[in-house]
Order: sequence, then C-alpha cells, then structure tokens
Amino acid sequence: MKYDLPDSHGHFGPYGGVFVAETLMAALEELCEQYQAVRADPHFLAEFSHDLKHYVGRPTPIYYAQRWSEQLGGARIFLKREDLNHTGAHKINNTVGQALLARRMGKRRVIAETGAGQHGVASATVAARFGMECVVYMGSEDMQRQAPNVFRMELLGAKVVPVESGSKTLKDALNEAMRDWVTNVADTFYIIGTAAGPHPYPMMVRDFQSVIGFEARQQMPEIAGRQPDAVIACVGGGSNAMGIFYPYIDIPEVRLIGVEAAGLGLATGRHAASLCAGRPGVLHGNRTYLLQDDNGQIIDTHSISAGLDYPGVGPEHAWLKDSGRAEYVAITDGEALEAFHDLCRMEGIIPALESAHALAQAAKMAATLDRDQILLVNLSGRGDKDVNTVARLSGNP
Amino acid sequence: MSRISAVFRRLREQGCSALIPFITAGDPQPALTVALMHALRDAGADLIELGVPFSDPMADGPTIQRSSERALRQGVGLKDVLEMVRQFRRTDSATPVVLMGYLNPIEAMGVDAFAEAARSAGVDGVLAVDAPPEESATLLAALRSRAIDAIFLLAPTSRPRRIEAVARVASGYVYYVSLKGVTGASHLDLEEVGRKVAEIRKRVPLPVGVGFGIRDGDTARAVAAVADAVVIGSRLVEEIEQAPIAEAVQRAGDFLRGIRRAMDQ
Repeated sequence: MKYDLPDSHGHFGPYGGVFVAETLMAALEELCEQYQAVRADPHFLAEFSHDLKHYVGRPTPIYYAQRWSEQLGGARIFLKREDLNHTGAHKINNTVGQALLARRMGKRRVIAETGAGQHGVASATVAARFGMECVVYMGSEDMQRQAPNVFRMELLGAKVVPVESGSKTLKDALNEAMRDWVTNVADTFYIIGTAAGPHPYPMMVRDFQSVIGFEARQQMPEIAGRQPDAVIACVGGGSNAMGIFYPYIDIPEVRLIGVEAAGLGLATGRHAASLCAGRPGVLHGNRTYLLQDDNGQIIDTHSISAGLDYPGVGPEHAWLKDSGRAEYVAITDGEALEAFHDLCRMEGIIPALESAHALAQAAKMAATLDRDQILLVNLSGRGDKDVNTVARLSGNP
Repeated sequence: MSRISAVFRRLREQGCSALIPFITAGDPQPALTVALMHALRDAGADLIELGVPFSDPMADGPTIQRSSERALRQGVGLKDVLEMVRQFRRTDSATPVVLMGYLNPIEAMGVDAFAEAARSAGVDGVLAVDAPPEESATLLAALRSRAIDAIFLLAPTSRPRRIEAVARVASGYVYYVSLKGVTGASHLDLEEVGRKVAEIRKRVPLPVGVGFGIRDGDTARAVAAVADAVVIGSRLVEEIEQAPIAEAVQRAGDFLRGIRRAMDQ
C-alpha cells in the first residue's frame, strides 16, 4: 500500500493534528486551503523549482567520503551535500517554498522562530529577496550562543526579537512567534522552520524538503550503482530527516535511521532525545513525542547543537517510529564532536554540529558492516556557525 | 442542572451579567489560592476560572505567562490545582469553578483519571485552550460522562461553520475572545464585540462570556451590556503580581469589587 499520510486533518496515525487556540484556527484553515491549492499547481511548482535551482543552487551533489569510509574500514559512506546550499543548510528549501506561498497569499510580513539561527537566516534571506518585512523570534540564551547568525539576520534586514520567557530557547521562540501570529494574522505569514507544529506545517515543510530525498533517489544509482542500504539523518524537529526519508518510505529495503541528540547521555537526563526517551503528548499545535515531567510540563533540554535542542519532534517521525518504518537512535555531544573533527580532517568538510550527529551514527554503523554496504548521510548543514563553539570546547579562547 | 447553568439562569432572571475572574492557581503562592477564590467570590464573582499552570502557555500574554512561571517555580501541578478546588468546595458549594489550561498536563494525568478527579474535587467546567472541537472527542466523552461542562473559545476570526462546530459540543457557556491576540492585549472595539456576540447567539444556544481586553469598570460595564458574562484575567493577575504577598488577597478582592460595582450601576 502506498504511503499517503497525513490524512485530511493532518493526522499521522495518532500523531499530528491541529492543537491550537480558536484564535488561530481561521489562519490555519486559510493556510491549509491555499497550500492544498498550490501543492498541485504546476505554475507554483515550476516557480519553486526555478528558485531552488537558480537561487539555492540545487541540485546538491552526493559525495562519496572515500578516505573517511576506508579509515572506518567498513561500509561506504555517501554524503548528501545540503551544506552547499545558499545560506549553508537545508533550511532554505523550505523558506523559499513558504515565502512563495506567502507572496501568493498577499502577505507582506513574515515571522519565524529560530534556535541555532539557521532557519532565521534562511527566513531573513527569502524575505529580503521577496521584499517582505521579517521578524525573527530567538531565545535570548540562543542569541548569545549564536551571535554571528543574529548579525547575519540583521544584515539581511530582519528584526531579531529576543525571547525572555521560559527557558529562553527555541521552544519559547516558537511560543512567541505563535503569539505574534495570533495578533497580526491578517497580514502575517508564519514560516515554521521544522516539520512540526499544527497541520498543515508538518506536511508542507516535509513536501518542500523532500527535494532532498527525490534528488538522492535519482543520484544514488548514478553514483553508487544502487539505492543505499540505510539513510541516516539527524532529528531535532526533523525537517532534514523528513526531507530525505520521505521519498524512501515506499522502498522498504532502505533502512531509515533518525539520530537524536543524547547530549551528555540519555541516562543523565541532559539530552534532547524526544523519540528515544520521551512519551506522547501535545505541544506547539501537534501530538507527538515530548520530553516532559510527570505533571506534563515540558522539560529543559540539552544538546551541544542548538538546532537539535528541542523537547518535541515532528509528528511524522513519531508515526514512523511507532510503525517501525524508521529507527531512532541517539548520539552524545562527545560522539558528535569526534565525527565533526574526523570529517574536517579526513574529507575537508566542516559539518554543522547537528549533521555531525548523523555522521557519528554512520561511523558507528560503518565499522560493523561490509564494504559492499552503502550508507547515505544527510549532511544537512555546514559548520561555519559552530567553529566558535568547537573552539571553546577544545579549550581555545 | 449544573452549577454553571444554575448561575446563568439566576442572573438572567435578575437581568444582569456574570462576572468571571481568572487567576492562575498557585500564584503568587499555592497557599493563597483558596483564600483568593473566596475573596473573589465575596467581591462579586459569579464563577471562577482557575488557570492550570503550564510551561508553554502559547495563547497567553506576558502577564499570565509570568503567573504561570511563578506557580511552576513553586511546583504547582494539575493534582495540586484539583486539591485547591476540593478545599474551596468545603466551604463553598455554590460558586462554579472552571479549570482553564492546556491539554498536555491533562493528558499526562490521563484524560479519564483527570475527569474523575475533577468531578470528585468539585470542578464544574474545563476549558482546554489548545483542544479545538475537532481534537476533543476523548476529552469530551470523559467530561460529559461526569456532567462536567466543556467550555470552548470563539474568536473574532471564527467563521460561521466553526461557530456551529463549537455549538455542537460546548456546554455551560462559550467564551468569546474579544481581541485578536493573546491574553492581556489592549484595544477593545466594543461595537465589533456587540456585533459578534449577536452573531454567536444566533448559532449557539448558550450564554456568551466575553474576555480579553477588559481592564477596568468602564469596559466591563460596556461589555456586560452586550454579553452574558464578563471575564477579567490579565488585569486581575497584574493586581496580584504588583501587590505585596501579604496584601494580594485583599487587593484582588478590592479590585474585583470595583469592577462589580461598575457593572451593577
């Protein structure tokens, strides 16, 4: 049976849905209608493809990390180079799509939430290109951790609003962006950066990101002679993973492996692994796996990588986990750092710390597999934004 | 008849509107919540909305967010809130209490276990802000089987089809959010509120409460002229926030008494 989720109400099995206050329902219904209309509109899809090619720089190549694979001494590791996109990560695929939709809906103002700043930068970028006002909500804690990205957003003409509530990180930025949207719903489009939130966001973000997987499905036979044995991607909210997984869901021989942030270790409680260590609940407009305490309060998360530092996860991942179609594992800060350094030294590629989690999982697996096995890793972003973090951790000032 | 319906019937016979204060349970201190509830009732509250603190109150403005954070810092969870209602009921069996909060703490307890505990504590209604009718089937069944009213929100942006969807499942009263935005926002357009309340009345056979943007006696009186109930939340929570702890109960009562007086003029 062909995979065709979500249903018309945005449900992936028991997950997803629309869990928002009545004040947002009309806006989501409007967005749903508009998105359903453009989803099958050849003119819109042509516009989107055009921008992905000429503005973003797609298709991104697939690269065989030969030296690193040989050093690991097992399976061959291929990298889908989303780090080569304009603005340095997969995030731009989705913001281009949503900005085109915003323009079509006549919205002059876009808002976004951001954790590491990558989605904020990608939103500010498309807003500049389409001449829209852009406001980005960012936890004040994250603004300190990711100061260069704050400056980049400002260079691009966006206004970055510090969020001081709650834990002052991504989840609170999302709350604040939702509040802005409720208040300014008539002229404002909310560009959500990950495959989570109320329907239609998880589906829409997945659709826009699925260009990653559709390209890979075409490229792998050309470069490796066949499809991979496993596709590996990091999962925070899960947009890059959904983007590369989705076109592979109906090819059952290909294992899908999502990698969460184990932070200091799952046993320490200082992590961000909602699928591996959380339980289902409702947050940010959808039902999904959450990190929460016994009272149903959302708990603070930890990861070396700001982009994975989120207590929830996209609802489609929750469904893929329960249905067994995808597997989810967790990688610690330390393991991710080691893979980060290995890729720098062995392949001359500085990966984002988020993507380094997927790389670490590939390294772990590769060593146990034969040379005829093929792993495809989504290298979702480049690590320029992380060099200060890594320098600090390595004891450099 | 439920306590909520009884209150609205009595008020309709008297020709006046209900005054519904909102406070967050556990704010400023868990030990003061029951005293606050009594003080509000004594000051003229017809029904009390008690906020259940949540870590991510997406639909609330800064004032209610801060009250929620204060309560959470003192460890207040849904079980504690239910215990507060139980205590309140020991000396007040007439004033309806509605719990207002987000779905996750309810689901964490278990929807059925929550509904049973709420019934036994003496809760009359539940408003789960982020559970629209489409996603409420389980909660609705659990509440209905225990004769607890399910309160729903309506907004300026609610189209007729959605008003009808709410009408099909709501009981007790419906809560019209008179502003676009979050709790505590300003700029109330009274004419628009009147028009919308009239539109809702055509489709919903329940009393209509109006909240968001009511900050003083004048706005309360004006809203009371067009609605069955006036809900006052952020402004009251602000009063509690600004008072020294020892005076919080007194100040909250005094503030609400002023509103009541203005409404009854």
